[in-house]
Amino acid sequence: MKQKRYLLYSLVLAALLLAALIAIDNSSLKSSMLSTILQKGAIYALVAVSLNLLNGFTGLFSLGQAGFMLLGAYTYAILTIPVEARSSVYQYFNGGLVQFSLPVVVGLIAAGLVAAFFAFLIGLPVLRLKSDYLAIATLGFAEIIRALIQWNTLGPITNGSNILRKFPTYSSLLFPFAVSAVCIGLVVLMIRSSYGRAFKSIREDEIAAEAMGINLAKHKMMAFCTSSFFAGVGGAMLAMFQQSVQAKYFTSAMTYEILLIVVIGGIGSVTGSIISSFLFVACSEWWLRFLDAQHYIGGVKVPLLRSGFRMVVFSIVIMVIVLFYRRGIMGTNEFSWGAIEKFIKAPFGRKAREEERKKVTTPHE
Amino acid sequence: MSNTVLRMEDLTMQFGGVVAVNNLSLEVNEGEIVALIGPNGAGKTTAFNCITGVYEPTNGQIFYRDEILVANYPQGKMKKLYAGENAGKYTKVVSRTPDQITRMGIARTFQNIRLFSSLTALENVLIAQHLHIRSNLFGATLLSQLSFVKSKARQEEEHMYQRARELLVEVGLEQYENEVSGSLPYGIQRRLEIARALATNPSLLLLDEPAAGMNPQETRALTDFIVEIKDRYKLSVFMIEHHMDLVMSISDRIYVLDFGKLIAHGTREEVQNNQRVIDAYLGVAEDA
Repeated sequence: MKQKRYLLYSLVLAALLLAALIAIDNSSLKSSMLSTILQKGAIYALVAVSLNLLNGFTGLFSLGQAGFMLLGAYTYAILTIPVEARSSVYQYFNGGLVQFSLPVVVGLIAAGLVAAFFAFLIGLPVLRLKSDYLAIATLGFAEIIRALIQWNTLGPITNGSNILRKFPTYSSLLFPFAVSAVCIGLVVLMIRSSYGRAFKSIREDEIAAEAMGINLAKHKMMAFCTSSFFAGVGGAMLAMFQQSVQAKYFTSAMTYEILLIVVIGGIGSVTGSIISSFLFVACSEWWLRFLDAQHYIGGVKVPLLRSGFRMVVFSIVIMVIVLFYRRGIMGTNEFSWGAIEKFIKAPFGRKAREEERKKVTTPHE
Repeated sequence: MSNTVLRMEDLTMQFGGVVAVNNLSLEVNEGEIVALIGPNGAGKTTAFNCITGVYEPTNGQIFYRDEILVANYPQGKMKKLYAGENAGKYTKVVSRTPDQITRMGIARTFQNIRLFSSLTALENVLIAQHLHIRSNLFGATLLSQLSFVKSKARQEEEHMYQRARELLVEVGLEQYENEVSGSLPYGIQRRLEIARALATNPSLLLLDEPAAGMNPQETRALTDFIVEIKDRYKLSVFMIEHHMDLVMSISDRIYVLDFGKLIAHGTREEVQNNQRVIDAYLGVAEDA
C-alpha cells in the first residue's frame, strides 16, 4: 500500500520534471542560464555518481575522474566528426587518420568503453594501493593522459593541442537528462545487486570481505572500470554540451569539483550526488554571479563586490558545509518518500504530538 | 585418514627473526570440535592466519581433506634466517588467497569482531553468499532487481535473500534483520559474525576467541550455540579460546601452544592433568 503510494509520488514527480524540461526546451528559456545549468548539472550528476561508486561505495579513493572524462570526450569527438568536416578540424594534420564517423549512440558507448579499457590497464598496478596512495597514482594518471593527448606526434588522431569540434551535438535539453538518467539507473541497479553489496563490504572491511570469499582484486577492478565507463560517457556528453573539446580544460581542478560535489552530497548517497551537482553548478555559475559585479545601493557602493569575489564566497560556503554538515546533504541516506512524509508530519501530525507527550510524562522509560 | 578435515604438518611461521609458530602439527577430524589454547602471544591466531591465507607460512604444509591447502619452505633471504625445524623437508609451494580458501569451505570469525558495521545484519549475511554467485556483473545489474522478469539472476537474488533470512532465523537473530550491525549488542555481534561465516557454506569453521569479552551467562549461551550449529550444519569446528569452561565443556580434543610450540595435546582430561600445561598457564616457581 505504502509502496504503491510512493511509486505514484515518484511517477508524478518524474512527470512534473519531464513536463518542466519540455516546457523549458520549447520556450525562450532554452538559451537562458537556467537551461545551461540544467544541462551541465545533469552531466555532472552522472560523473559525480560514477565517482561516488568508487569513493562512496567501494571505498577506493580515486582522483582520476577528469582523466577518464577526457578519454571519453576525445573518443566521442574523434569517432563522430563527420568525414567531410575532418579536413577543416584536422587542418594541421591533413584531415587526420580516422576517416570514418560513427552514430552518436555508438560514439557514446565507445567513449565509455575506451575509458573503461584504460581504467583496466591502470587498475592492474594501481589498485593494489590503498587510500591516499591510490589517489596520488590516479591523479598522476589523469595528468599523464592530458599531456599525452596534447602530444604532437599523436596529432593525426587527437589533433594535438588543437581544438576538436564539428562533432554532432544534441539539440534537445532532454538528451543529457535521458542519458544521465539511464546511466545513473544502471549504477543504482548495480549497487543494489549482489555485486554492489560486495563493493560495500570492501569499503567496510577489506580483510573481512576477503575472508567472506570476495575476490578483492576482481571486485575492485569491476568497480573501477564501471566508474570509468560512466565517467567516459559523462565526458562525451560534456563535449557535446560545450560543442568542442580541448584537453587543457580537463584539469585536476575538474576532478576536485566533482569530488566536492560527492562530498557535499554525501559520500555513499546517489541522490545526494545528484542534488548537490545541480546545486553546485547553479551556485558556481549562476546564483553567486552577482557578487562579481559592482552594485550601488542608494548611491553607495557596496564594499567588497568585484570581479573574483564570487569565488571567495563560494569557498566560504563550501567550508561551512564541510565544517557543519560533515556527512554532506544526505549522509549515506537516499532520498525516500517515507522520510519526507515523516518530515512533513513531524511538526503537525497528531501522532507525533502524542508521542511527544508520552516522552514528557515518562522521562525514564 | 579419510575423515581428517584439516591436517597441519610441521608448520612454522617466522617473522624476520621471530618464530611465532614453531613446527606445529595438528589434525581436525570430521565432526569434531577441536580447541587450540595457550597463553597470550603463543601464536594461536598466527596459526589461524596461516590456515586462512592471511599469512604465508615459512615452512610446512596444511592439508584440507586430501588436498594441499598451503605449502611453503624457506626461500630467498629466509633461507639463511630460518630458525625453525624441518628445514629442507618440504619442497612444494602452494599459496592461496583468503577468498579462495573460503570458497573451498573454510570460514572464519575474527578475534576483534570484523562485521561490515554500517550495513544491516541481513546485508552482512547476504554478502557472505556472494562467493557462490553464478550471474555475472551484467546479468546481476540488469536483471536481479527487476521483480517482473523471471530471470536466472532474479531467482538467484531471491534465493539469496530467502537463505539469508532463514539463516538469521536459525541462529535466532531474525529480529535484528534490518538493524545496523555495528550498533547491535556485543554478544549479538559475535553471534552474527558466526552466522555470516555460516552463510559461506563451510564445512570447517574456525572461531578465533568467540567468547572474548563475554560474561559467564553469554558464554554458556554461546557454548550451546556452537554445539547446535555444529550438528545442524554438519561442521567441524576449530577454535581458539581462553574461557576454560567453554573449552572444557565442548572440545573433543585440545591442543596447547606455548611460545609457538605445541606443548600438549589430547582429550580434556589429558590436557587438564598435564604438568607442562599447568606450568605454562600458572608459571613455574623459581626455586622448584
